[in-house]
Amino acid sequence: MSQSHRIEGKGRIDRSRTLSFTWNGARYMGHPGDTLASALLANGVRLVGRSFKYHRPRGIMTAGSEEPNAVVQLEEGARTEPNTRATVTELYEGLTARPQNCWPSVEFDIGAINSKLSRFFPAGFYYKTFMWPRKLWEPVYEKVIRKAAGMGESPMEWDPDSYAQHFEHCDVLIAGGGPAGLAAALAAGRAGARVILADEGPEFGGSLLSDVLEVDGEPADAWIEKTVAELQAMEEVTLLPRTTVTAYYDHNFLTACERVTDHLGPQVDDGVPRQRFWKIRARQTILAQGSIERPLLFADNDRPGVMLASAARTYINRYGVLPGREIVVFTGHDSAYKTALDAKAAGAKVEIVDLRPDPKGPLIDKARAAGIEIHAGCGITGTRGTKALHGCDVAELSEDGKSLKGAPYSLGCDCIAVGGGWNPTVHLFSQARGKLKWDDDKQCFVPHFCQQPTRSVGAGNGTFDLAGCLAEGLAAGAAAAKDAGFGDGAAPEAPAVEIEEEGPARQVWIVPSDKPLGHGKKHFHDHQNDVTAADIHLAAREGYISVEHLKRYTTTGMGTDQGKTSNVNALAVMAEIRGAQIPEVGTTTFRPPYVPTPFGAVTGQNRRALFLQERTTPMHPAHVANGAVFEDVGDWKRPWYFPKDGEDMEEAVQRECRQARETCGLLDASTLGKIDIQGPDAAWFLNMIYTNKWDQLKVGSARYGLMLNEHGMVFDDGVTTRLAEDHFHMTTTTGGAARVMGWLEEWLQTEWPDRRVYCTSVTEQWAVCTITGPNAKALMAELTDDIDVDPATFPFLTFREGTVAGAPARVFRISFTGDLAYEINVPARFGLSVWTTILERGYRHGLVQYGTETMHVLRAEKGFIIAGQDTDGTVTPMDLGMDWIVSKKKDDFLGRRSHFRSDTAREGRKQLVGILTEDPNVVLPEGAHLVEKPGRPPIPMLGHVTSSYRSPNVGRSIAMGLIKDGRNRIGETLYAPMMDGETVHRVTLCEPVFFDKEGSRTNG
Amino acid sequence: MAEPGVTQRLAAAGAAFANPPPEGSTPATPASLDAAGARSPLAGLVGPTGGPVTFEERPFIGKISLRGDPSNSSFMTAAAKVLGASLPTEPLRFLDHDGYRIHWVGPDHWMIYAPEGAEGPLKAKLDAALDGIHHAAVDVSDYYTVIRVSGLKARALMQKGCPLDLHPRAFGPGKCAGTVFHHAAIFAAQIDALDDGSAVYDVQIRWSFARYLWDYFADGAREWAGA
Amino acid sequence: MLMITCPWCGEREQIEFSAGGQAHIARPEDPAKLSDEEWGAYIYVRDNPKGVHFERWVHSHGCGKWFNAVRHTVTDVFWDVYTMGEEKPWVPEDWDGLTTRAQYETAKTAGQTAEGGEQK
Repeated sequence: MSQSHRIEGKGRIDRSRTLSFTWNGARYMGHPGDTLASALLANGVRLVGRSFKYHRPRGIMTAGSEEPNAVVQLEEGARTEPNTRATVTELYEGLTARPQNCWPSVEFDIGAINSKLSRFFPAGFYYKTFMWPRKLWEPVYEKVIRKAAGMGESPMEWDPDSYAQHFEHCDVLIAGGGPAGLAAALAAGRAGARVILADEGPEFGGSLLSDVLEVDGEPADAWIEKTVAELQAMEEVTLLPRTTVTAYYDHNFLTACERVTDHLGPQVDDGVPRQRFWKIRARQTILAQGSIERPLLFADNDRPGVMLASAARTYINRYGVLPGREIVVFTGHDSAYKTALDAKAAGAKVEIVDLRPDPKGPLIDKARAAGIEIHAGCGITGTRGTKALHGCDVAELSEDGKSLKGAPYSLGCDCIAVGGGWNPTVHLFSQARGKLKWDDDKQCFVPHFCQQPTRSVGAGNGTFDLAGCLAEGLAAGAAAAKDAGFGDGAAPEAPAVEIEEEGPARQVWIVPSDKPLGHGKKHFHDHQNDVTAADIHLAAREGYISVEHLKRYTTTGMGTDQGKTSNVNALAVMAEIRGAQIPEVGTTTFRPPYVPTPFGAVTGQNRRALFLQERTTPMHPAHVANGAVFEDVGDWKRPWYFPKDGEDMEEAVQRECRQARETCGLLDASTLGKIDIQGPDAAWFLNMIYTNKWDQLKVGSARYGLMLNEHGMVFDDGVTTRLAEDHFHMTTTTGGAARVMGWLEEWLQTEWPDRRVYCTSVTEQWAVCTITGPNAKALMAELTDDIDVDPATFPFLTFREGTVAGAPARVFRISFTGDLAYEINVPARFGLSVWTTILERGYRHGLVQYGTETMHVLRAEKGFIIAGQDTDGTVTPMDLGMDWIVSKKKDDFLGRRSHFRSDTAREGRKQLVGILTEDPNVVLPEGAHLVEKPGRPPIPMLGHVTSSYRSPNVGRSIAMGLIKDGRNRIGETLYAPMMDGETVHRVTLCEPVFFDKEGSRTNG
Repeated sequence: MAEPGVTQRLAAAGAAFANPPPEGSTPATPASLDAAGARSPLAGLVGPTGGPVTFEERPFIGKISLRGDPSNSSFMTAAAKVLGASLPTEPLRFLDHDGYRIHWVGPDHWMIYAPEGAEGPLKAKLDAALDGIHHAAVDVSDYYTVIRVSGLKARALMQKGCPLDLHPRAFGPGKCAGTVFHHAAIFAAQIDALDDGSAVYDVQIRWSFARYLWDYFADGAREWAGA
Repeated sequence: MLMITCPWCGEREQIEFSAGGQAHIARPEDPAKLSDEEWGAYIYVRDNPKGVHFERWVHSHGCGKWFNAVRHTVTDVFWDVYTMGEEKPWVPEDWDGLTTRAQYETAKTAGQTAEGGEQK
């Protein structure tokens, strides 16, 4: 298909190469240097989408990231990406895109019926309509709303591309590489600062790329080239084209999304990240993001062919595309005259509709000289054409601009280039908590004050002339570098540029038409979310006059473009309604990201196996080889159970439980937290940390301890061994390891700095194999030559050092099963070999390796608690029936005082008890509530089940729970109603010990 | 069962998806034990070679965590006598002396690297020399392993997950710091820097996190595989 | 995503730190002698100022040290940081939460120099 709208010899495109692409199923041609939007316009494609609510035909409106209409679904399948703006999508060979938000096609769109029914779709339509009946909310309304909302489709497959994150620091970060940004980079770079210059586009130069200007007596191109070359040669300057600074956070932390390969199209090699997400900490920032032209609010201003005057000029000069053959420029500003002149020069028929009754100045003279007709003091009162614009109506306006003076007359046109003034792009400044002020002369918000070290320059600061942009950029670059410690702050000399004189502008916020507002014709201000001036009037009538309410009620500015072209117009309309000034209406807060950013980029490499770390013990390869099923315990992958052929979890666990008690069992306990505590005050310290007494503990002996917080509640437990007079080895729960280490350090550093104690975490220094059961002693005897393993000489709660299975070991006689047990600690490097040796030797002793589930059952049989499962931060040692561990002799330990507070000391608190179901085969679900009498809810609950298992060694189900006044209720019958609302289990409360109540097995 | 943690809930939610391992990670040879029956956490893994970034495990470096009061001159003197060099008191510095590498970890905390097998004698010497002086010398040789990252892109690879400023103006040979690499706590030391921008880092990582960091490096280095 | 200065390690990303709540709350010497109200105040009652906040941080992934900081809760600007055991730093009555102590003092010195110059 021919590129019917190309302008001969114009544009920064490479005509020597042709790229083919597919739009909406049809094939077209473009050139390197094109965007999808410019290539579509070059091919005469006008209709690119349907609007959000009314499904009105829409065309390309801008040439930048502010585009509200040409939001397309790029590519297909796993690589498809919604909400892509055609105006910034660089063309590549084979690009495929389609419009979104229309079905079945953009040409014939069923949703367009909404347009005919538009009077039934007022602002707040969804809030008003989908209210009742309530039962339809989820099954019907949600689906309807989602489908109608459109907004593209997410891919359903894994993203085949890779992404990366990159942390960077710099002295000066410059967002925007137009004239001001380039000048700033030059000044800061010359001062020697570390500079990052990021720009959205593939080329630096910004607005200069769309202009025909001279800098220093040369075409602007030459200046850009020279400047970029100088910057490239600076070692400490990083140039990031195709990189959007997406967010500005606290303490000058900014993020930027670099599109590394997007312009090349889908890549076969996914090694190179498609996008790189930069996390930048900058000492100083310079915001040079430029400005965005404002559309004018006139009747039916959304036809395909209506675009911003600056965009039309960009298409002509930068892309060599004539956006229309008959162009009407509609403006109240001089700047749009440049579009008219360039369009005329490119061969278009051009007329200007100027809101000003008597425009004067050099540009106006030039337009007149070029033979362009100017309809002064006029406005466009309506447009014609549905899928493409083919004409407009023009009429003279009254002096106040609120009504028509003359009768409308028609002009033929296929493009209306609209210039309603300029809004500095203040998004990043606003995200940085910067305050804006309204500039009455320029009729726009400009940056005012920001607590963060940032400077706004150029058009983004309301400085719209080139000379000003360059001067500001150079000054800011030098000043920022100085503030970061580089240079003397003196700005380099600015290059000479032609001074552009512009006459005064006329702002008419709502251009009147021949019909009252909201009747028959629509004045759109938010094109993406389909919000009109009439909607704002309706919102105001219904009381939503606060800008925050207005935004949410009408959805203005809430599209993926975040209202880049619409917000100020919306505020102006509300100001008119309220008879207030625009700044009194206020602004909404701009939120990150500045443009839609793919989740892939934000996520970077943190996905799939790298999404969350999986911590494994030194024995892990053996567990995998032995077919373990793993349980996630925090970040740890711990063997849950080891199924044999054909076993399910229940069968495997029952077998492991039986065998561990009948012969012997082996557990990987490496994940337990371990802390080396030494110093003359170590025993004193343990006395404060634990509830029981430690100063009398003999060297070589171990003791169980409970740790409380200052609220008196249990938060961790474990066994601690006295290795030497002033040296202890503490163990903690797996999940509590880091927390306990932090707790100890906090007290030592902040409260007791004079106490001589050092804590060193040794959790992963030691791999731990626990052997338990009647045959444990015989197996241990085979594993070591230098430790006497006889329980008579190596008593319970003591430790020995020696060699086990060839590795240097610390062996502890501690038991979490209640059986004779040895906890073998070896340096981690030997964990695997010791484990496999124990498995080999254990065979003859009936050894079974077991996982965490069996560990839980065995400890529950003995009524041993698991901190964090049987406790929840509201449980005291007394609530656990463990009064014996709370020293009555100590004056103080952490949490002690809280035990005397009225609520902690009172009778009837929830207490840990055993729970036996009437039917021994019923295993209560953990979390099940117990009640006094079953019945219709609500029923007062007495407590809940914390641990519940089927115990083969007890021969029935067992459970524990925290029950109100539980200790006094032992022997009582209670009820456990189930979630199905029907089943109720009768249970009896008992002492929480189910197996070997005498404790006779501990020594074999 | 305790209340399922976030990992479990995510695993349950993601169960419908296959979760392939990151490409570029080399499979572990199961249970590769050396003659002494020892195995390092990254045994059998081979990193990229020859490209602009290489990395490899440096297993079994002797590591002694030493705590003591730098304002106690008898502590400082006794430690210096054993090590042959004074413990660095300038933050974020390490020094090499006679086979020992002594890192400042905190104002009263040093990490001393020693050749494999020398950690036991070193700890014994320290404990003997510091007898009666409040200190803690703890063998943590197996708590951590070290991954050496080198090459032109070594810094770029590190900055994929480490928020520390590793630019030559902020970091460099002789500097070390405790920091993070995404979800993993690391201790990074810069060993060398060349004029062409190449850097060499030793990254100390806990045993259980070593594989995560290794896989992250392997995945991150793919972009330079063709270079 | 604050930038926090560790008194030992210098400026580091917030991700390396853990917050420790209000600073300068000493554990009572003899808890047993306190009334329920006094003990309750120690464990539960904290300031929640709009403005100057003395607070604790720990450089958990760096040197592992606890320290104190003065932060403005509106602007998140840190006035100063100081090690455990150091005295509370002076904070000017009129601190607007926009400058660090170093910036404030530099500006003040510069101002005095300027004024002094005028007098001469």
